[in-house]
Amino acid sequence: MNIVNFTPISSLTGGIIIGFAVLIFFLFNGRLIGISGIASNFINREEKRLDNFLFLVGLIIGPIFYKLFFNKEIYINISNSFILLIIAGLLVGFGTRISGGCTSGHGISGISRFSLRSLIATITFMIVGVITVLIKNYL
Amino acid sequence: MNKLISLLSGIIFGIGLVISEMINPQKVLGFLDIFGNWDPSLAFVMIGALTVSLPMFHIIKKKEKPLFEEKFDYSNNKNIDQRLILGSILFGAGWGLGGLCPGPAISSLALLNFYSISFVISMFIGFYFVKLLDSTTQAR
Repeated sequence: MNIVNFTPISSLTGGIIIGFAVLIFFLFNGRLIGISGIASNFINREEKRLDNFLFLVGLIIGPIFYKLFFNKEIYINISNSFILLIIAGLLVGFGTRISGGCTSGHGISGISRFSLRSLIATITFMIVGVITVLIKNYL
Repeated sequence: MNKLISLLSGIIFGIGLVISEMINPQKVLGFLDIFGNWDPSLAFVMIGALTVSLPMFHIIKKKEKPLFEEKFDYSNNKNIDQRLILGSILFGAGWGLGGLCPGPAISSLALLNFYSISFVISMFIGFYFVKLLDSTTQAR
């Protein structure tokens, strides 16, 4: 194991900001943030469709605000092939709906309310994520 | 007002994803590469988020109702079943393959990157498959 590119301060700061988003949504609207739930309910359910839509719009304008205020470019690096990304997208969409949550819904909101179900989900997808990367790197 | 809060929460969440670099698949794949060149940074995203959300959840839920709605509305599902495990395995595999989970994938639409747009479309197809599956098997 080598430790590389370690950025604990920016990660912690970003995490705290994410925590505040969860807090505000819960305090004012009474809902816990889970992105896969919000996104899939937006296409699959009538109920609270406008709220879900506005939240998703916010997710997309967030980075744009960041660029304008901080005047910084956002770099992302995707090294995967197109086919692999399509398969990954299907797995993420299908898997999060079957299990009822993703990194935010289970990993943050679920663990915050001491849900054993969410803790088990989080440990499972993290372990499988690690194994997947391990296998991919050796192929 | 609750509509404004929905938008605002999304914006704040999206900014958090950018600052923490969750939005960068390379960073996520580095975090999952424990046995290679490991970048443990993203563990701090979870620590930071939970430091705020965990105590605040338990304080706020004692209130009679949220400020802009009539009642609290969150899942209290306690089922630990095959669906939970199978779904988490499939999600973990997809996360490890692409380095994107739903929040960062949607936020990265802002960058108009062809790959992240394709990922989001296929993720939504995945959501829709589960709806079809559930309506045919009537599991719910």
